[in-house]
Amino acid sequence: MRQVARLWEFVLRHPAPVGMPALLVLSLAATVAIHPKFNAFDAQSLAMAALPLAFAAAAQAVVVISGGLDLSIGSVMAVANVLAAAAMENTGFDHSLLLAAGIIGLGAVMGAVNGLMIVVSRVPDVIVTLTTGFIWGGTALLVMERPGGGAPEEFLTLGTGSTLTPWISNSLLLLIGSVAIIWLPLRRSKVGLCLYAVGSDRVAAFRSGVAIGRSRVIAYMIGGLFSAVGGLGLTMTTGIGSPRAGVLYTMSGLAAVVIGGVSLLGGRGGVVGPVIAAFVLTVVPADLIFLNIDPNFGQVIQGTLIVLVVMVGGLVALVRSRK
Amino acid sequence: MTEDVSAAPRSGAAVCAPAALLQVCDVAKRFGSVVALRSVTMTVRAGEVHALMGANGAGKSTLVKILTGVFPANGGSIAVRGETRLFRSPAEARRAGIVSVYQDPALVPDLTVADNMRLAGVGLRAVQRWLVELGAGDLSPGSFVRDLPYPTLRLIDLARALASEPTILLLDEITAALPADLSARVFQVVREWRERGHAVIFVSHRMAEVAALCDRATVLRDGVVVGVTDTARGSEDRIVSLMLGGEIAKAGRAAARPAAAPAPAGQPPVLEVRNLCCGLKLQDVSFSLRAGEVLGVAALEGQGQQELFECIAGLRHSDGGDILAAGRKLVLRHPADAIAAGLVLVPASRLQALLQQRPIRENIALPLFGRLRRWGPIHMQRERQLVADAVARLQIDTRAESELRRLSGGNQQKVVIARWLAAGFRALLCFDATRGIDVGTKKQIYALVRELAASGSAVLLFTSELPEIALACDRAVVLFGGRIVHELPASAADEETLLRAAHGLVPRAAEV
Repeated sequence: MRQVARLWEFVLRHPAPVGMPALLVLSLAATVAIHPKFNAFDAQSLAMAALPLAFAAAAQAVVVISGGLDLSIGSVMAVANVLAAAAMENTGFDHSLLLAAGIIGLGAVMGAVNGLMIVVSRVPDVIVTLTTGFIWGGTALLVMERPGGGAPEEFLTLGTGSTLTPWISNSLLLLIGSVAIIWLPLRRSKVGLCLYAVGSDRVAAFRSGVAIGRSRVIAYMIGGLFSAVGGLGLTMTTGIGSPRAGVLYTMSGLAAVVIGGVSLLGGRGGVVGPVIAAFVLTVVPADLIFLNIDPNFGQVIQGTLIVLVVMVGGLVALVRSRK
Repeated sequence: MTEDVSAAPRSGAAVCAPAALLQVCDVAKRFGSVVALRSVTMTVRAGEVHALMGANGAGKSTLVKILTGVFPANGGSIAVRGETRLFRSPAEARRAGIVSVYQDPALVPDLTVADNMRLAGVGLRAVQRWLVELGAGDLSPGSFVRDLPYPTLRLIDLARALASEPTILLLDEITAALPADLSARVFQVVREWRERGHAVIFVSHRMAEVAALCDRATVLRDGVVVGVTDTARGSEDRIVSLMLGGEIAKAGRAAARPAAAPAPAGQPPVLEVRNLCCGLKLQDVSFSLRAGEVLGVAALEGQGQQELFECIAGLRHSDGGDILAAGRKLVLRHPADAIAAGLVLVPASRLQALLQQRPIRENIALPLFGRLRRWGPIHMQRERQLVADAVARLQIDTRAESELRRLSGGNQQKVVIARWLAAGFRALLCFDATRGIDVGTKKQIYALVRELAASGSAVLLFTSELPEIALACDRAVVLFGGRIVHELPASAADEETLLRAAHGLVPRAAEV
């Protein structure tokens, strides 16, 4: 009995880390129920479809945790996507990996530019990132006017194949690997702590000796880095570059961040929650298609689900504060 | 012994002794056109607890923030062990051995205690050792700061400061919200720090604490050091007279005004507060305010006046006690409840009360909606009439009426009062309403307060400038540590009496 109470206390204390996997399992179970022939191929295509959104969510999560907002994530993804498709079209695999590293670095620079402009000019983050989003969206169109380009087969396999078992696609491994390499060490380090501190209470963080400006720039830089990886993921899963594909991910990424338990006020949440939320947000429309529901009506259902999930989060906070 | 340094505030270099642990020399600070510190020269020796004292706005907190690198000084120098230093951030000050515990907790709410310590680069084990010493050893380092009560946060703040082994520890009003047993523990630790040959700078309003704990005191007045004195027992009078700056002879100026007309018998008071409590900030406060009366509240910073006004205005929930308006007990869940009962607030910050981007008319009419609109659209003509009346009565400068933020601070404050005049009220709660307002407008506002009282309204008035109490009020209560420690008529409320009471000293009965 006491253990049940303890467990309940734990759930209340960590609504997102407990609730998000539960929500994912629930939505996957619903998928299997609706579509009994769910097989390894479906699992693979789901992971592929979720990959770019998951990176967009991770990028936005880091920025929001630090108390900011980045509306240029989709455009950075688009730039990375078309640059990769344009540059890798007739190259070998090892060459393409080098190019990928360069593009990821470029994404980090783009993020850092956002952060520097916000910190130095003190123009609100929404305005700065909205305008840089326009600039980079235009740049993507300059690089590649209409969808095209390509990349070596081995490079595409990184995001589409399934080297280990048919159920676990490479895109899933790529995602888990990236989050594990970039986020987890950061979360444990002083830099990660500073991100949370700056997002939670800037005055208290300053008084604790945190370099506020530097921490915020780092947050945008990591956001840009994740966005670029997401753009590369888009190249891997679609095989081409399309200058307008990435832009859509800004808003759906933000939705995933909110569902994934990150407070838009900053300071609370993590990256794993939003990444799982990205999967949920990919599964639900697929289910609605399986159910033959009018796509327009499907949007209404999806929006309602988002609101409900966020409200449950609010209720948990209310129950805790009443205790 | 009292070294009088106020005579030569500009010849700072001559006073500066390089051998001291901390030497503050001729430091000045301006915020725009406001001078917070004119010239501060102060010496702190190793192995002493040094009190920093002064009335509201004397510049104590500004000095603390300059010493810890929160913002830079405009002039002067700071030397640690004879070496001139310039601190650009709290982190730099900490590396030089100066660590502060600020008036409000400097802990990040969404991180655990352990993470907060890592953030500041302080070893958790050392912090826990100090927490045991401070009587909070059972605290779990994994708990989130946002879940912890306020006194615990102060202790964590202090333990964190101690764990970084500062040679100069600054404590800004550390005991302000601590219960007595925890305060005693804090003093024990401060003494221990002195024994180790370090220095502690102790900012406090509590004269008794200063006398018991500190070795010397530097007294500030209006941004200038007016004296340095030993704090042996019996030094309270010397400190109070330094704070007053030799203006004791000014008493009696308030006597000219006739006393308020006695309220008709049998009528309940406009506002009555019974045994009001609010956490540790407000304890068992009771008073009543009659029609036609201006009741002053005198207090130094953070003695519970903010909580008192916020409870009455419905901005904050009390923990116990009753608030009655015209004899009727109120349940205040929302500011709208207080406004409906006729209790209206004029806050110190105009930003809290007004819509800066909207015209004067809308700002005044805002609380009128309930009265002018019965389900249907707002009755424009009546609104215009009420607003015009209020504007005319207060002589608000309407040349820039289209956008409120273009008005001066004084005119903005008049708009706040005009709004309540138009809406109608029983009691006006003025919380430091004249803060940062020019002298002319200040006079007008106080004249208006008198006029409102003369026409039968009641006014509860807190001002951070003690001499204003005698100018505007009929009666005054003094808050200290969340309790009313003294009540006196305006004729007796000269600055010295108020200052003594506000520091928790027993008033001199013999002189009254």
